[in-house]
Amino acid sequence: MKKLFFKPESLTDTDHKYCSGCGHGIVHRLVAEVIDELGIREKTIGIAPVGCAVFAYDYWNFDVTEASHGRPPAVATGIKRFLPDRVVFTYQGDGDLAAIGMAETIHAANRGENITVIFINNAIYGMTTGQMAPTSLLGMKTTTSPFGRDAKLAGYPIRVGELLATLEGTTYLARCAVDSAKHVLEAKKAIKKAFEVQLAEKGYSLVEILSQCPPNWKMSVPESLEYVRKEMMTQFPLGVIKDKTKV
Amino acid sequence: MPKIIIAQSKCKGCELCILACPKKNIRLSQKINKKGFHYVEIIDPDKCNACGLCFQVCPDVAIEIWK
Ligand SMILES: Cc1ncc(C[n+]2csc(CCOP(=O)(O)OP(=O)(O)O)c2C)c(N)n1
Ligand code: SF4
Ligand SMILES: [Mg+2]
Repeated sequence: MKKLFFKPESLTDTDHKYCSGCGHGIVHRLVAEVIDELGIREKTIGIAPVGCAVFAYDYWNFDVTEASHGRPPAVATGIKRFLPDRVVFTYQGDGDLAAIGMAETIHAANRGENITVIFINNAIYGMTTGQMAPTSLLGMKTTTSPFGRDAKLAGYPIRVGELLATLEGTTYLARCAVDSAKHVLEAKKAIKKAFEVQLAEKGYSLVEILSQCPPNWKMSVPESLEYVRKEMMTQFPLGVIKDKTKV
Repeated sequence: MPKIIIAQSKCKGCELCILACPKKNIRLSQKINKKGFHYVEIIDPDKCNACGLCFQVCPDVAIEIWK
């Protein structure tokens, strides 16, 4: 008998603290599988965010450091410039990456830092129990938009991938989801491509992953998957947003 | 015949695997684990074809499949 599907070496055996059905755990596994497949576990350094993924260093079986809220791209820049032979990636939520850390995000992308960013877009601040994020959808009810997000008051949901695509410094940008096995497999391909871009020293790569947050969306898990498909994917279409390696 | 192992203690009963299984061969157990969740179980091991779709969606990496 052969092991067909199993926990990758780049994951520890530690139980995840995430809520039932949360997308974070799926993405952790995908990153770990890609790192195993590329044979780079010994030279990878991850940067965990502030947010529900704050304990990512307990789940990944390679070097992981922690940055203060929103600062992973700045920390990644320092590590990658000092240790250019390492594979350096950040793992960030939408509050971390697109609110408090938007300046770090844009400038690291604009400088074309040779790093990879894994961006978990769940349209909400998960860890702090459901405040509006820059990516919250119009009309979305959160604890800080109890009547639904109103564009007049809070602006529009930011499409991070498309925004960064305008910067010459970015090389590979894609958007995926983890609502179904098919999309999970596509997400893995995009994550692998993003790491390959870095290994080929081709510059900045980011994979945005639409991720369900059932408790803060006040939904059952099946309802949250429908929300990803019907609402999130309408505002944030899936696919490769930019691929400079192809031109 | 494939062998599918579910780590009951890791399962949070999210049902993503139940929705993903093309054979509708996974269900919630009547029992609960130490975390307080109804964990999932295979209905008929003979019906599993080791496609791995349950593994792909499991956020807790609670599933292992051999063939
Ligand atoms: C400087 C600073 N400001 C605010 C906070 C409070 N805080 C912790 S997590 C978080 C937002 C997390 O949301 P997100 O980045 O989307 O991650 P998620 O939990 O949704 O995965 C905030 C505002 C903090 N820890 N540090
Ligand atoms: S609050 Fe949301 S993002 Fe955080 S662990 Fe729970 S489901 Fe996941
Ligand atoms: Mg979030």
